[in-house]
Amino acid sequence: MWSLSHIANEIHRWLNDLFNPTWALIIEMVMAGVAVIGLFAVLGLVLVLMERRVAAWIQIRLGPNRVGPFGLMQSMADTLKLIVKEGLTPDGADKVMFNIAPFIAMIVAMLLMAPIAFAKDFQLWDLNIGVLFVTAVSSLMVVSILMAGWSSNNKYSLMGAMRSGAQIVSYELSAGLSIMTIIVLTGSLQVSDIIHAQNNGWWIFKGHFPVWVAFVIYIIAVTAETNRAPFDLAEAESELTAGFHTEYSGMKFALFFLAEYINVFIVCAIGATLFLGGWMPLHFGTDNAFNQAMDWIPSSVWFFGKTFFLIFLIMWFRWTFPRLRIDQLLNLEWKYLLPISMINLLLATAMAILGWHF
Amino acid sequence: MYRQTEIVQEKSPGIVGESGEFTINVGPQHPATHGVLHLVITLSGETILKVEPHLGYIHRSIEKMCESLTYRQFIYVTSRMDYLSAHINNHACALAVEKGLQLEIPPRAQVIRVLMDELTRVASHELWWGAMAMDLGAFTPFFHAFRERESINDIMEETCGARLTMNYMVPGGVMQDIHPNFQRRVKEFLKLYKQKIHEYDELVTGNIIFQNRMKNIGILSPEDAVSYGCTGPTARGSAVSCDIRKIYPYEIYDKLEFDEVLEEGGDSFARYMVRIREMQQSIRIIEQLIDNIPEGEFQAKTKAVLKLPKGEFYTRVETARGELGVYIVSEGGTTPYRIKFRSPGFSNLSVLDHIARGSKIGDLVAMMGTLDLVIPDIDR
Amino acid sequence: MSKELLKLRITELFPEAAFDESGEWLNTEVPAEKWPALAEQLKADSHLALDYLFCLTCIDWKTHFTMVYHLSSTKFRHNLVFKVKLNREKPEVGTVCHIWRTAEFHEREVYEMFGVNFLHHPDLRLLILPDGWEGKNPLRKDFEDPVNMIRL
Repeated sequence: MWSLSHIANEIHRWLNDLFNPTWALIIEMVMAGVAVIGLFAVLGLVLVLMERRVAAWIQIRLGPNRVGPFGLMQSMADTLKLIVKEGLTPDGADKVMFNIAPFIAMIVAMLLMAPIAFAKDFQLWDLNIGVLFVTAVSSLMVVSILMAGWSSNNKYSLMGAMRSGAQIVSYELSAGLSIMTIIVLTGSLQVSDIIHAQNNGWWIFKGHFPVWVAFVIYIIAVTAETNRAPFDLAEAESELTAGFHTEYSGMKFALFFLAEYINVFIVCAIGATLFLGGWMPLHFGTDNAFNQAMDWIPSSVWFFGKTFFLIFLIMWFRWTFPRLRIDQLLNLEWKYLLPISMINLLLATAMAILGWHF
Repeated sequence: MYRQTEIVQEKSPGIVGESGEFTINVGPQHPATHGVLHLVITLSGETILKVEPHLGYIHRSIEKMCESLTYRQFIYVTSRMDYLSAHINNHACALAVEKGLQLEIPPRAQVIRVLMDELTRVASHELWWGAMAMDLGAFTPFFHAFRERESINDIMEETCGARLTMNYMVPGGVMQDIHPNFQRRVKEFLKLYKQKIHEYDELVTGNIIFQNRMKNIGILSPEDAVSYGCTGPTARGSAVSCDIRKIYPYEIYDKLEFDEVLEEGGDSFARYMVRIREMQQSIRIIEQLIDNIPEGEFQAKTKAVLKLPKGEFYTRVETARGELGVYIVSEGGTTPYRIKFRSPGFSNLSVLDHIARGSKIGDLVAMMGTLDLVIPDIDR
Repeated sequence: MSKELLKLRITELFPEAAFDESGEWLNTEVPAEKWPALAEQLKADSHLALDYLFCLTCIDWKTHFTMVYHLSSTKFRHNLVFKVKLNREKPEVGTVCHIWRTAEFHEREVYEMFGVNFLHHPDLRLLILPDGWEGKNPLRKDFEDPVNMIRL
């Protein structure tokens, strides 16, 4: 069958025929790196355009429609503009930190790509602690924001960074606990195991009540973790002008911007993997005609379909809700989401032990 | 002329003062100030200790300018004060001149004036609604508000030839008769507005985040509202009855059926609700008048050169933001000797420091939104 | 309350008041040194209850200044105008911003535009004009600025 995993296997076989295994591995790693960077660029362009079109649709206007067919080249034009712009470094800034910060944001986003299964048997690194790796690495995101905020020597940036620090650190708890629900049900941290466990139905259907709660909390928490409205306090436009990236311009700003969108993609991909079965087609039970019909749709389509559905959901939030205040934001996490997700985890554990899920 | 702003060079550790307080400049260019308002706020963490407005970035000294303009000319300058209620500014000035001339204006002109005033009020509140939601981080309401506001602007454009600074009211009536399409277009607008008004509540008013952001924020007691000279929806949100259209009726407002909107509470949400409900009252007034525009002259006969007798003339009207007073001191010439505009925004702004102390930065933005500040109105 | 009754009441509070009834509202002239004390009484008085200062401004009569206070009662809905004549060379009057808080900004505006010195004002600084305009008072009749002023 012609699929992504098939192509990958062919390349792997071909490289191993030509070179010795070490060189083949090195070449494969370089290819993977290039592919990830390429995916970054494409995702950046697609997601920015998608955000603008979704926003336009919600706001009863047209959105970008002039550059290229249906405005598809709009983000290309924007990127070109950002590349040509001068990257200013403020006079009073801590220059080293100021210039490193956007790259750290990008590197974190890049690392998070490793354990994501884009299609059936198509994954960069199926490490046995995949989900733990994601939660651990994604918490490094705050480092780049704090660096950017502090080194800018700007009060707005500093306030944005501090808000962001408080926010990301607290919402990670809820996100982690809701991920734990699935891990408890699956009994494994490995991404491929989690996906295969959903062979007879996605967790959102199989796990009923605790998984629904976990899913809702996960979506709320990751919206906050990626600093998107209604939790975009770090860059709260009307309060802090642009928050932690107030002083950034040109490509350095673009990297932050890109990192934000990549992070949205990653958290949605993780959400799709954990709750909606990743690349697993819609299955009910085992070995029936419905499942076989669903298998005809390629697994990559399933994965990207689910991921983009979740991205759309998060974009929908952004263009609908007003922003929370900083104390309300922390109240929501510490007084509501965290206790709920703790009880929910307990419930899920009981359910997993008693085998009450399907 | 430009204002020399003091630029303080600081190294990173110097950002926070020794006492933990620090000041930040909100404005003159800032997304939340909707114009060139400059607030110096002293903060302790996220909590506001003091708000100090620095004005004058768009001060054109309209009062001084008017001293060298004739009674026909000076009205046009006033459109540029509170540009969102240009009609009502012009109306106030026209009323002041008419008071000096003791001029009776024809009933048709009166009805047209009131219609235009109320359309302006709706348009102004629409813009306020969108801009305030944007301050709170919700972008979509802005575009929804502009959908309705555009149709009002189109109506204005047909009759007055302008969309923002209308210059339509003149001493003695209005400059031109209404456009033949006027009544039809207004009725279309009313229909559109009634179809869409529920969206406002669904999208913003009923939203739990929005209500949490607005309730018990920026509480203004009725006594303080009067003492600080707050007027308009700002004061009516504190249950202070101050609608000039009801208290000191001008034109035909005493013959119309409408309610003065009052809300208890005095918080940001009360001020928000006053404006939302006020839009419906304005719609009610428009509905009463649109089919009952009397026939006749649209302008009283006036002399080419207007001369006001020696004396002082003060008129007050209710703009979208509150009480606008026009105080003309005449020495009997063709130009005013001294003119003073008592602008609602100036007094409403002065209360900001009082209500903002102790709240968070996010709240300050919400409060500024509900005070509905228009900067050229404050600076004049 | 009618104009006559208002007049009586003000005379009770302040016997040497000079009235002018030519305008729409009752005008009362008060000497500058008596004004802050009278203002306090005007607000506290149960029959007048002038709790709302809706306009505060100054007029330059070339020979002297006149401070104009437009007062209103939110309870009885009557309006009164008080005028204080000031010496043009050394314009000074006590502040009323502790009585009506709105006066704080209005007095700052009059201070920079006319150069009237409000005694005991808590924060008498330039509000609208940029720094460096102290002593130059644009709304005075003799103010000249050949660069920025366009005569029509």
